[in-house]
Amino acid sequence: MTDPTPDATTVESPTMTYREAMREAIRDALATDERVFVMGEDVADYGGTYAVTKGLYEEFGRDRVRNTPLSESGFVGAGIGAALGGLRPIVEIMTVNFSLLALDQLVNTAATLLHMSGGQFNVPLVVRTTTGAGRQLAAQHSHSLEGWFAHVPGLKVVAPATPEDARWMLPTALADPNPVIIFEHSALYNERGPVDPALGPVDLERAAIRRAGSDLSIVASAGMVPKAIAAAEQLAAAGVSAEVIDLRSLRPLDIDTLAASLDRTHRALVVDEGWRTGGLNAEIAASLTERCFWSLDAPVARLASTEVPIPYAKHLETAAIPQVDDIVASARALVGDR
Amino acid sequence: MSDSTDLDVSRFDYLLPSLGADMDEGRVVEWRVGVGDTVHRGDLIAVVETEKSDIDIEIWHDGIVEEFLVPVGELIDVGTPIVRLRHLDADGGATETTGAPSSRSSQPSPPPADPDVTTALLEPTTAVIPEPTPAVDPDRRVLASPFARRLAAERGLDLSTIEGTGPHGAVVEADIRRAGTAAVANAAATTAPERQRTPASMRALIAERMSRANREIPHYHLARDVDLGPLDAWLAERNASRPITERVLPAACLIRAVALAAAKHREFNGAWVDDHPEPADSINVAMAISLRRGGLVTPHVEAADRHSLDEVMERLNELVAAARSGTLRASWMTGSTITITHLGDTGADLVHGVISPPQLALVGFGRSRLRPWVIEDLVTIRPIVTATLAADHRATDGADGSRFLATIAHHLEHPEDL
Repeated sequence: MTDPTPDATTVESPTMTYREAMREAIRDALATDERVFVMGEDVADYGGTYAVTKGLYEEFGRDRVRNTPLSESGFVGAGIGAALGGLRPIVEIMTVNFSLLALDQLVNTAATLLHMSGGQFNVPLVVRTTTGAGRQLAAQHSHSLEGWFAHVPGLKVVAPATPEDARWMLPTALADPNPVIIFEHSALYNERGPVDPALGPVDLERAAIRRAGSDLSIVASAGMVPKAIAAAEQLAAAGVSAEVIDLRSLRPLDIDTLAASLDRTHRALVVDEGWRTGGLNAEIAASLTERCFWSLDAPVARLASTEVPIPYAKHLETAAIPQVDDIVASARALVGDR
Repeated sequence: MSDSTDLDVSRFDYLLPSLGADMDEGRVVEWRVGVGDTVHRGDLIAVVETEKSDIDIEIWHDGIVEEFLVPVGELIDVGTPIVRLRHLDADGGATETTGAPSSRSSQPSPPPADPDVTTALLEPTTAVIPEPTPAVDPDRRVLASPFARRLAAERGLDLSTIEGTGPHGAVVEADIRRAGTAAVANAAATTAPERQRTPASMRALIAERMSRANREIPHYHLARDVDLGPLDAWLAERNASRPITERVLPAACLIRAVALAAAKHREFNGAWVDDHPEPADSINVAMAISLRRGGLVTPHVEAADRHSLDEVMERLNELVAAARSGTLRASWMTGSTITITHLGDTGADLVHGVISPPQLALVGFGRSRLRPWVIEDLVTIRPIVTATLAADHRATDGADGSRFLATIAHHLEHPEDL
């Protein structure tokens, strides 16, 4: 596991898109470990609905890049079986909305086997899926349900927010002896950023401070991270110094890093593209209140999506999910007049 | 400022606020502004003594100080106008009285035609101070953030005396920092009479101030042995003919010696402000006084260079008694310009002191002990005290410090001039 040095990533590293980074990660895994294969809906000659696996079928062939029927429960179950049998499957579920069809396999089987077998059978399965709104794909393709999976013991849940994490989280996930779900945000696929080609596998357990600040801590993940950074820049112009923390891992939650930040800033705003009620934001807010109560100068604030199915209409979709201006307004309310 | 013109209110009075649920009277012990000063919202304008403690009070409106309405030290009721100010106009200058009648209907009482509106302003229903003054409802629970509560506890601040600027008027971190800064500015580590301060909160204040000293001040330390033989002999002879109550103790001589030396070496007397030393005109020598129940306070003898030894002794007796009984006045605690720590005859041989910020120096005296001492060609036995200097290297250098210590030694060795 390595940490990027700032110089290496910002100065010397080539840039690539989040999509290219993910594809490079899969290609590298296919090329270096013959146990690895990819399967999912339209991942082969079509190249995946979000074009992440484009070209891999041509490069590695039908045995390594496999199309599946439209049956999430079936092919996730097949992935669990392959993992138990010694392979290292990368299963693509088109969007998190469709993962609900595979909940039984993921929650009742993949997450439980190690425990229920008394440690005899582990499931080294990697599931990749897409989450998030912003592309006018309507309610059945736009929800952010990653918090549901973060509820389940036995699963590891990560959400890369940068191309570099998209590139280097996968090898760590594949090396993990237990199931890992990677949530890729659909609005990030075209985001470009530096990727250190020599970085190597990164840890899947620690949050990262993407921007240092002293007046409040903004906690975000996946698609909310770039928005939080943009908000922090606006806030800086208004004299408010916001620290932006990228959760990276949704399970386990790195409360230590959040608490350390909050002990410096004394105010926290949790930004979540999921819904507020029972959301991951609620878990974070509760944990921070437990851990940091005597450091808090204001209640832990939450900014989440409006509690409606994500609308199709552009203006309604925009209004339903947290935007940069919303983050700025919530942050200003938290720090008060200054 | 169009509002004030509409209202025909060019002046407004600031009323003594209630600084705690149980406060109904208090006294101004110090003005922090002068007539003619322009003040802005949040500025500290006065120190008010309440039953519990001395508190810096803030103004909540911009204005120009026109007149103080109460004398310093007089006990007055909450709500008494204490200072009259003139509003600023939009350009930051003073608004002149126009005498124009107001047409504003939302005001609860019509403005008087007389440009002198003081009487109307004192009516509780007028908009003298549109924003709420500190909590006056005795039943109201003090709202404060957890962090503010923790900070207040660490600093020994009473939350009910701090005005909150957070949501619902809650006391938040910034309010404590403001109050804390004011408390620290009262150089002697306390804003409250000692009887109110718990050992734990005093410990916290000492911790904060000494941490700041070691964090911010680059200390250098010098030492010099002083022969106290002449002083002891002189004092013994002087005290022999006096009643006990009029006897002079060595501590008063130390204060005089340091004061006289500081008058000559003024670079050791004053404060470090922002990025430069500010020598003080008056030499207010603070004396660290240990309290029997733990902790210490550092009240000062004002203008110790300009008072006689007997006067210094008299004041020192007063300070020690007040410190031990917890009745120190704010005026004895604020404005110290140099500090002495004297370990006494049961203490250690010497002390490497820590400067009390923002002062520039601290002079320490260990216990007096009989030591072999060379005078000309003879080794004799003399009472020796080691005088030490802890000084701020930003302001002075070792050579300056050596001369300062030499002058102190000279005065102690020539007690007849004290």
